[in-house]
Amino acid sequence: MTAIPMPEPITTPWTLPRRGPVGMLLFIVAETSIFGVFVTTYLFYIGRSLTGPTPAEVLHFPVAMTVSLLSSSLTIHQANRALRRGATARFLGFWLATILLGAGFLLGTAREWHELIFEHHLTLRTNLFGSTYYALVGLHASHVVAGMLLLLIVATFGIAGRVRPEHVGRTDVISMYWHFVDVVWIVVVTVVYVIGR
Amino acid sequence: MTTTKFPLAADIDEGVPSALDRLHQWVVTVDHKRLGIMYIVMALGFLVVGGIEATLIRVQLAVPDAHFISPNAFNTLFTMHGTTMVFLMGMPILAGFANYLIPLQIGARDLAFPRLNSFAFWITCFGGLLLYSSYITAPALFGGAAAPDFGWFGYAPLTEPTYSRGNAADYWVLGLIIVGFGSIAGAVNVATTILTMRTEGMTLGRMPLFTWITLVVQGMILIVVSPLTATLILLLLDRSLGAHFFDTQAGGSAVLWRHFFWWFGHPEVYVLMLPGFGFVSEIIPVFSRKVIFGYPAMVAASVGIGFISLGVWAHHMFAVGMSPAANTFFAISTGLVSVPTGIKIFNWLGTMWGGRIRMKTPMLFCMGFLVQFLCAGITGVMLAVVPFTWQLTETYFVVAHFHFVLIGGLIFTVFAAIYYWFPKITGRMLSERLGKWHFWLFLIGFNLTFIPQHFAGMLGMPRRVYTFLPERGLELWNLVSSIGVPFQLAGVLCLVWNMIRSYRQGAVAGNDPWDAWTLEWATSSPPAEYNFAKLPVVHSRRPLWDLKHPEDPDWQYE
Repeated sequence: MTAIPMPEPITTPWTLPRRGPVGMLLFIVAETSIFGVFVTTYLFYIGRSLTGPTPAEVLHFPVAMTVSLLSSSLTIHQANRALRRGATARFLGFWLATILLGAGFLLGTAREWHELIFEHHLTLRTNLFGSTYYALVGLHASHVVAGMLLLLIVATFGIAGRVRPEHVGRTDVISMYWHFVDVVWIVVVTVVYVIGR
Repeated sequence: MTTTKFPLAADIDEGVPSALDRLHQWVVTVDHKRLGIMYIVMALGFLVVGGIEATLIRVQLAVPDAHFISPNAFNTLFTMHGTTMVFLMGMPILAGFANYLIPLQIGARDLAFPRLNSFAFWITCFGGLLLYSSYITAPALFGGAAAPDFGWFGYAPLTEPTYSRGNAADYWVLGLIIVGFGSIAGAVNVATTILTMRTEGMTLGRMPLFTWITLVVQGMILIVVSPLTATLILLLLDRSLGAHFFDTQAGGSAVLWRHFFWWFGHPEVYVLMLPGFGFVSEIIPVFSRKVIFGYPAMVAASVGIGFISLGVWAHHMFAVGMSPAANTFFAISTGLVSVPTGIKIFNWLGTMWGGRIRMKTPMLFCMGFLVQFLCAGITGVMLAVVPFTWQLTETYFVVAHFHFVLIGGLIFTVFAAIYYWFPKITGRMLSERLGKWHFWLFLIGFNLTFIPQHFAGMLGMPRRVYTFLPERGLELWNLVSSIGVPFQLAGVLCLVWNMIRSYRQGAVAGNDPWDAWTLEWATSSPPAEYNFAKLPVVHSRRPLWDLKHPEDPDWQYE
């Protein structure tokens, strides 16, 4: 068997989606399931604590945190748009702004937790509210930390002048993850500070 | 047997490296074939460990009022047996076959993320070792149990610090979290590979059924294994940091654990079963010399099973005391699963019908599977009936049911897959004579062990019980059940001996010993590191048939 006759020539070029975004999308599916369990647990245990403090007594709606995290989605989007155009300086500016906004969010979390722990004496052990609150908000915050690490790695390369337009496929994947973390925050805010209070 | 030359195989002499070099190559490899083999070998190792645990359980239960092992040891044995077989044997062996076969079947050179693949394997392996190190390290620390002893589904509040002192439960939690990370990483990787790396012309509708089913399974792993990891993290917070999620004394809910666990646990059965369906869907057509009957229906049924299985979890909880509405819903949805499953069995029979069936060992195991899995399905429909479950829940009837599913369904197909793909993986044929011995010994032993358990269960024997009293009508069933064990062991020994012997001196297989039709048989056995010297172009569901029969290609009929 030497020659293989080719059937009709394939007219449309054979293209498949890029593996980076697909892999990230599937990872986000898994992450969504993980958050699903934490959110369900939070909703299930609302109002079931045997002792205080209750959410209504100690929680305030986190306006500054929400604004900073949600606007960081805009800045990372702008950064990638700039990179796609080849405007690397503009990219770096927006990328660093994203990091600052993320850091602002984490600072807000730290202050909130400090107040809860040292003024209201609410810890993971205090009651079911404490357990579910720190688990859900902490899981989200740990995802912000992971995202910050990714952002910082790219920023390091960017400052060294090594991020070029051909890398936009990779920064896009990081951007997907960051948008996901933002969307989860909207869910967390709704569950913890609106429904749960 | 002469080696047939196929246009997609290449022969390049790579020389023979030293033993140390070879070990190094295996440890640092990112090649999907080597990682696949390591997954399979690891899983077979844990199969032996889990089998030894099961053997000890059956020895203890062979006669009434026995004291062969202590009650505490018995509790750890059935817990570790279940955990091992599900997480360290079932999941990894299927991950191994997916790893090995998917790139070959879709005409790719590796998985999408080879380093992530290596990470997933090693973390799974270390998770298993961490779980088992409980036996060595846990008893010395706090005088608690030597190993997890609360059953493989770890019902709350038994896993809480109050009831599980010492560190055994922590080993279980951490081990399973780590194994879960490995499963999620593997699922992301394999699914991405299938979606983005198919060779030219291989549309979704031309993928081999094993690839299709693997895609469904990876999706299910993402949706159900991740929640288990999340639930275990909550339990870890309970145990290590004093949270109260499943702590009933502080208002925590034991029922919530059961919901979360079975949200994972029931779809997990299909995560284990569906790849078996994939193996059978590849093997039966080749050994019946016919194309698979109803390819689109098979794909639809696989996706359907995946969907429906997400809505049946609470049939494990009929005895919890749910509302009648919930019981009805889960009874109906559970009954519904039998529809796509029935379609599959019908299609396999339709494939065999009128075919020129070759009774080789892989085909024998597939036919054994059809019969045994049908039995499992029938008891499954019985258990979907709520009052029936109220009567028989937590008895040996349930044990018999799910062993028919997981051994009759899964293990039989895994054996079939080993006989079918061993020639591709090693380049050597397994001995047919030993294979037939393996099949018949295992078939007899399996039925001797598990058919009597149905009757013991109906007579009221609870599962997980350490021993039983004489003169309750249970002696005969338990004795027969234990007598089946040596037959099964002998069968597995035949396989082990067959693999070792054939690897060294089996008949040379050639590239395509079964005259099959999927792309893995188009390259050399074992395939070179780059799989295909020239990436194939696919025009039909049986690309190798098209290559072998250019005068009568499949794509003219599809």
